[in-house]
Amino acid sequence: MYLRKSMSLMGALLAVIATGAEGRTLIQNKGSDTLVNVAQAWAEAYQSVNPDAAVAVSGGGSGTGIAAMINGTVDIANASRKMKDKEIKMADERGHHPVEHIVGFDALAVFIHQDNPADTLTIEQLAQIYGRDGKARKWSDIGITVPGCKDEIVVVSRQNNSGTYAYFREAVLGKEKYRNGTLDMHGSKDVVDLVEKTPCAIGYSGLAYATEHVKMVCVSKDGQACVSPSVETAGNGAYPIARPLMMYTNGEPQGEIKKYMDWIMSDAGQCIILKKGYAPVRPVQCN
Amino acid sequence: MSAAKRPMVARERGDFDRRNADWYIDRLVQGLVFLGGISAILFIIGIFVFIAKEGLGFVIDTLDLTEFFTSKYWEPSDEEAPEYGILALIAGTASVTGLAMVVAIPFSLGAAVYIGEFATGKTRESLKVLVELLAAIPSVVWGFIGLSIMNPLIIELFDVPVGLNVLNAGIILGLMAAPIMTSIAEDALKAVPDRYREAAEAMGATRWQVIYKVVLPAAKNGLLGAVLLGVGRGFGETMAVLMATGHSVNIPTSIFDSVRALTATIAAELGETAVGSDHYSALFTIGIFLFIITFVINLLADLVVRGVRKG
Repeated sequence: MYLRKSMSLMGALLAVIATGAEGRTLIQNKGSDTLVNVAQAWAEAYQSVNPDAAVAVSGGGSGTGIAAMINGTVDIANASRKMKDKEIKMADERGHHPVEHIVGFDALAVFIHQDNPADTLTIEQLAQIYGRDGKARKWSDIGITVPGCKDEIVVVSRQNNSGTYAYFREAVLGKEKYRNGTLDMHGSKDVVDLVEKTPCAIGYSGLAYATEHVKMVCVSKDGQACVSPSVETAGNGAYPIARPLMMYTNGEPQGEIKKYMDWIMSDAGQCIILKKGYAPVRPVQCN
Repeated sequence: MSAAKRPMVARERGDFDRRNADWYIDRLVQGLVFLGGISAILFIIGIFVFIAKEGLGFVIDTLDLTEFFTSKYWEPSDEEAPEYGILALIAGTASVTGLAMVVAIPFSLGAAVYIGEFATGKTRESLKVLVELLAAIPSVVWGFIGLSIMNPLIIELFDVPVGLNVLNAGIILGLMAAPIMTSIAEDALKAVPDRYREAAEAMGATRWQVIYKVVLPAAKNGLLGAVLLGVGRGFGETMAVLMATGHSVNIPTSIFDSVRALTATIAAELGETAVGSDHYSALFTIGIFLFIITFVINLLADLVVRGVRKG
């Protein structure tokens, strides 16, 4: 009796859920922490553009998004690094075929504490600080004295599946690996928070996570004049650690997903990414 | 329904057939209790088979076990030359657990001796309840305390750049392990027969002499078991150490160095790896290693505690 009753109740419940979902397509969007704020803004704005589709956004890092794409649990994966050949192969083997869409550009800002007198750092100096073979373990090794800090450099990095982690390594260290003893934070915001509180610290993350409580250094490469990170220098490629931001779809986008991707690449979508502190893929006029 | 119908038939068949409704209920309950009893074993085997399935193939085919245990570089997401060394992670877990024991042993033994030997009546009962309450605090809350209270405190007190380190996690973990160690140690003290105490007191021993010379030596194995279980807890704890250690692959040279625990590495990275990738399997290999370690520690604790009952 009870069993039959609860069965029929469950049936009714299922019917409600089914009709609720009907007529509205749910797009699962997951990945990069760098992109998560933009992705959320896109999803919210898209509500009014196309009420027939709902976009569910979650972060967790590029690795999370790419893993979800390989495992087939997501419609669009956000990534701040390119998918590795190995990863594309793994996805193919499982019948998912990731297609890359560049949706914007980001400058990877290097943050130091406000009391740190340094204004510019070279890529070579950053490699000395972050690299396994690097020699800079104290601020005095690169000729800097930081008030409130007993000379030790507190090196802040990201967890090893982060796209930011991978891209920073590629741009700064090349083939070299990160040194041991870095504090591996689980999000861009955590990096900025820690640097803000720690006079000895240096960290990196997407430009959009910058706050007025931390200092961004001007970065120079190959002896050229240093370039400060900004939307402009990220977009025109002048800033040495700028990177494309990607969205991966499973195969060429179709139906609702195609409509969504097209809207993201439109002026309306690109104005949103600009407003969030990233460079759009092409110059756009926004009001 | 069928259970009620069948005994009718059975009764017609013979006088000695006792298969009535009560008999069936008895059987059913017996079966259920048996299932409950062996379920723990089934789950253990199931879990072991699962982690072995995910990690073992990788251990045999790809992983260099010498590198795994002796390299201090953990760089599993590298495309060309991934490195799977857990030496620094073992050092992290061991240093934090070691410090936790330094913190927890005096606390828990002191609490156990007080509860078991000195406190009486209401004090004793309320203390026991409080200790159990302490054990019920979720580990993420402990981690939060480490992150937001201990961190600035350590920076302030010791003038170090970062407060998320061995000291922070060791204290947090020590406080987490202390309650369970207290209750097991107290059980061990309770297992010492009162006639031992009475005999010692009859010889003119003071309270402290009774405890130090008679009760503690007699309860030695049980107390050691309590410590071992605390160590097992330390090895297995994840969330609090993830939040309080600073999460930095590093072989510590002082208690102010940030480290990373084996468990925390699995927690932080597993969600972001593709199922079946080498990185995923490497994390499961850490899981196998942790499983073996905690299994051995618990087994040791069990054997040691059993020793006391024999003697």
